[in-house]
Amino acid sequence: MNTAPLARTRRGAHAAVSHDSAMGHVTGRAIYLDDMAVPPNTLHAALVLSGHAHARIRRIDLTRARRAPGVVAAVTAADIPGKNDIAPILTGEPALAEEVVEYVGHPVAAIAAETMDQARAAAALVEIDYEVLPAVLTVDEALEKGHLVAPEQKMVRGDVDAALKRAPRRMSGELRCGGQDHFYLEGQIALALPGEDRSMQVYSSTQHPTEVQHGVAHLLGLPFSAVTVDVRRMGGAFGGKESQATIIAGIAALLAWHAHRPVKLRLARDHDMEVTGKRHGFLFRYDVGYDENGRILALDMVLAANAGNIADLSPPVVTRALCHADNCYFIPDIRLRGLACKTNTVSNTAFRGFGGPQGMFAIEAIVDILARRLKLPLETVRRRNYYGIDRDNVTPYGMTVEDNIIHRVVDELESSVDLPRWRRDIDDFNRTSAVVKKGLATVPVKFGISFNLPTLNQAGALVHVYTDGSVLLNHGGTEMGQGLFIKVAQVVAEAFHIDVSQVRVSATSTGKVPNTSATAASSGSDLNGMAALHAAEQIKARMAEVAAARYEVPAAEIIFKDGRVFAGNDSMSFGELAHACWRQRVSLSAAGFYRTPKIHWDAKTCTGRPFFYFTYGAAAAEVAIDTLTGELRVLRAELLQDCGRSLNPAIDLGQIEGAFVQGMGWLTMEELWWDDKGRLRTHGPSTYKIPGSRDVPPIFNARILADSPNREATIFRSKAVGEPPLMLALSVWLAIRDAIASIADHRIVPELDAPATPERILAAVNQLRRAAS
Amino acid sequence: MPALRFMLNGEWRSEERASPTMSVLDYLRTVARLTGTKEGCAEGDCGACTIAVACPDKDQHAYQAVNSCLMMVGQLDGLSVMTVEGLARGDGGLHPVQQALVDTDATQCGFCTPGFVMSMFAFHQAGERITETAVHEALAGNLCRCTGYRPIIEACRRLAGLPPFVQPLAKEDAERLAVSPDEPVGFTAPRSLGALASALAARPQAWLLGGGTDLGLLVSKERQSPTDVISTARVPELKNIAVTADALELGGAVTYSAALPHLDDLFPAFGALVRRIGSRQIRNLGTIAGNLATASPIGDTLPCLIALEARVVLRRTTGARHMSVEDFITGYRKTALAPGEFIETICIPRLAGRQRFFAYKLSKRFDQDISAVIAAFRIAISGGKVASLRAVYGGVAPTPARAKALEMVLTGHPWNSEALAAIDAALARDLSPIGDHRASASYRLDAAANLVRRLHADSSGDEPSVRLEAL
Repeated sequence: MNTAPLARTRRGAHAAVSHDSAMGHVTGRAIYLDDMAVPPNTLHAALVLSGHAHARIRRIDLTRARRAPGVVAAVTAADIPGKNDIAPILTGEPALAEEVVEYVGHPVAAIAAETMDQARAAAALVEIDYEVLPAVLTVDEALEKGHLVAPEQKMVRGDVDAALKRAPRRMSGELRCGGQDHFYLEGQIALALPGEDRSMQVYSSTQHPTEVQHGVAHLLGLPFSAVTVDVRRMGGAFGGKESQATIIAGIAALLAWHAHRPVKLRLARDHDMEVTGKRHGFLFRYDVGYDENGRILALDMVLAANAGNIADLSPPVVTRALCHADNCYFIPDIRLRGLACKTNTVSNTAFRGFGGPQGMFAIEAIVDILARRLKLPLETVRRRNYYGIDRDNVTPYGMTVEDNIIHRVVDELESSVDLPRWRRDIDDFNRTSAVVKKGLATVPVKFGISFNLPTLNQAGALVHVYTDGSVLLNHGGTEMGQGLFIKVAQVVAEAFHIDVSQVRVSATSTGKVPNTSATAASSGSDLNGMAALHAAEQIKARMAEVAAARYEVPAAEIIFKDGRVFAGNDSMSFGELAHACWRQRVSLSAAGFYRTPKIHWDAKTCTGRPFFYFTYGAAAAEVAIDTLTGELRVLRAELLQDCGRSLNPAIDLGQIEGAFVQGMGWLTMEELWWDDKGRLRTHGPSTYKIPGSRDVPPIFNARILADSPNREATIFRSKAVGEPPLMLALSVWLAIRDAIASIADHRIVPELDAPATPERILAAVNQLRRAAS
Repeated sequence: MPALRFMLNGEWRSEERASPTMSVLDYLRTVARLTGTKEGCAEGDCGACTIAVACPDKDQHAYQAVNSCLMMVGQLDGLSVMTVEGLARGDGGLHPVQQALVDTDATQCGFCTPGFVMSMFAFHQAGERITETAVHEALAGNLCRCTGYRPIIEACRRLAGLPPFVQPLAKEDAERLAVSPDEPVGFTAPRSLGALASALAARPQAWLLGGGTDLGLLVSKERQSPTDVISTARVPELKNIAVTADALELGGAVTYSAALPHLDDLFPAFGALVRRIGSRQIRNLGTIAGNLATASPIGDTLPCLIALEARVVLRRTTGARHMSVEDFITGYRKTALAPGEFIETICIPRLAGRQRFFAYKLSKRFDQDISAVIAAFRIAISGGKVASLRAVYGGVAPTPARAKALEMVLTGHPWNSEALAAIDAALARDLSPIGDHRASASYRLDAAANLVRRLHADSSGDEPSVRLEAL
């Protein structure tokens, strides 16, 4: 079933088909949640947020708000009929603050009114009496005080203390990378419609309809079956609508429950950025032992994440950071300690890469520092540390790297760009340019695919064939722009050997496919593609039986090809066969299911095989900095990404380019800035800057690695692509370090954290100048 | 009942129900039920709400991209408005801009797409030459979080050579639009200088609206509903631009976009800097007088105008008075404007003799970002010495700050590297920056000094500095 199909003109698997909604996008006809026509009695909601980072709620007075024009319902935690808990993993994470508020922006109450403006105006009338408590605002302080949201995770191999002592060279230090706001263009939104007989229909812009279903059911004290959650598409998500959407949908449903009317809650951008979590900023403390050749012998590292006020998804984010702190390198003796630190800031959450980018940031910084100390080319040091094919091929968590192609990927990238010559050009430029300095760096990436928690690696699909041969596909995955719907439709088209235009994808609904996992961890097409294939294959087998009986041949001789079904020279159209099946009373509907094989994980020891496979990539980037001002420009980026046998090269290319630019934003201009009261001051696009078109390198080439089918039996031997290319942007950050180091002729190691804003770049330049003089 | 009249996607619309001070974005989405135009931020920074408007008294091809979130419905009066829904052809075929975006796989989540479509539509309609710079300038007001822009840029390139697709306004439509309709209650757009002065004199508490890129935020984000708005946009005298033998004179309602060609001509560094103010959408609405009247310490034009010794003409019913821009700014967001008074003209003297003008802006992102530091210098070098210097900074004090100590230590001295040794101490006396989310105080001070070093490289003649933009 998993043999690769042949190339053909029919648009099935591996074809570069456009996004299924492209026409809807460009004409404005694609319907997002806020565009939906709503029942005329729909109310609009607003949140009341904490203005304190940490405070006890003494009293909440809703009287004035309730009397305000248009107000129909006003709720606090006390109005929750069920359990005030929407924790995705642990427990005790309230939708509305109870007793204490733990960050500025913590939702305390919510209002539903006839209009949005009335709701927002009434929200301002809610009076809350607080007893202000001391707040912990930084990861450093949380670390010092031992404030954690979850127990420490430890990944250990060998005797790191002894190995550090033995190592010919040793260095230690501290590094930091910032967080990142998702800045999906469509803000968080949900619409809740109370149904008959204590039920609730919810439309939510969510990556995880099942979690919204559970959250709403918990809050309202309903069985899961009474809550149905639908999502057709999101205007971007990037992890920000994995658990965070549940807060919004839960509060909308609570208001709808009390008002007995539909309620829409759409956050204004400022509230969206203040209320909902972001990528975790990390503090790293490392102690590394190595030899004169740059071989890493031992690494002892603390990875401290700013989890914010609650656990949310922080524990698995930290796990993934630990699982990627090796990147492509074999480190014989290693001890990684992962800490999810509790601070009085917004609770950080999933964001494309899910801790992986941060883990990789640390090890790439360390390798860069030790290469610079040894005055060896970075690429040489890396090669001396890459995982081997037959030896030195076991990760710190005990998984053997069986599919290692990093050598090939790096070789192909380096030769395609003529790295030595590129390096010479950079050096030549820097010799004659006093103020503007250029830098160049590459980066290799290895990223593990599967949710770390094996349970989550399952998916369902529901396929209907109608009697005219048209196909309706539903699966548990959600469309956030990444092209999942078209990819899975291509899989089904491939199975039936019909054109993808015959396959329609319907909105994701918990009423159709139950108990789903989040569309996350890059796994959308891997999981849902397989589930859909399973469903389609069942129907196809039944259809083949009917055709076999009709043509009096064995079912094995029935061939589905290009929209027709053949038995030798006889044939009929796919639709004719579907109609024949109906006449014969043969079911044309099937549910498919998939669970990823081979994986296992022991969370206690941080060991196992968490990943079905790895995906690989490499990038090279050239930057220029102005050493008077710290201004930066990325001039060129060359990317090479392993997609296995790409299910859709057009979609995958879009993921690669988009992820790279997003990663570039994280590492350069995107800066989350809190003041000393714990207020986020970068809470809209006027203050929080994501890359614009001019920031994209003028020379920007992204390529998909050719002839590289997945070694594992994934859907048509493709590989996941959503997250891995984000980390290719580390090349930009490393290139900035290179540009700075050029000031002192690469004799001194620059001190640069992320994001590399003009200010940080100028500080690093000044540090180098001082050290050099 | 007085009504607003405008054309929406080629059809006449007479609007009586909607409040003229409602945001255009809300109007489109909730009243007109055209939901293709999106709200991404409601602060004019993401571009998802971009629409295009044409003014019949101008070039009728010239649809301009604007942020519908920052506009009030009253501002549509007399305009032809195009939204994403109006672009597809009658036969259902796509507009070339839309087709190009489909062909290049330039949509992912699609939420930003209608905004990009409209920015590209206006760009294409104007028949601008398609260069890298022009494309980025046209797209700078639109954020996309999914694609990484490469395919969108590619789609822009594919527009090269295609003729404008939307027909200009029919003559009779243009004439009908130009006719002054009844003014709706609460939103006045006087049609002469005298009428404006009278209106303001009668209602000095009314919101005086220029382009609305600042005041619009109060409606869009703060959800305020002003009951009395007086717009400068339809006063012909305030749209005047005069290039005289001595000066460039800009009327009080001249937008950044309208001023740009003249700034490029007379003060190229000013023009280059204005191109980094907001985005095209903002510059098509926002006025230079508005930037000045806002009197923000981070208003980008202010240091330039002060360095250039610009003057303003302030008018009210009782007459006009003149003053320097430097005196016009009286404090943090405070000006010398008296009740009932407005800016009639900004007068920027031409550079004289050996004077040269330089302006630098520092921000986290090149385009559409608020400055951490802005520096404007008018310098004259004679015989290797600084003959005169006016140095003005923004972002480093509660108001735009004249760096007088710096001017003093440099003026009259040889313009060489020894001169640079004294600048840090001088600027420490001149400037009192604060640290905030844009930059720390120490960065602002360091960078302010380094911009003098950049000025030195650019003006001392031996070797102009290489700029990142040029690479």
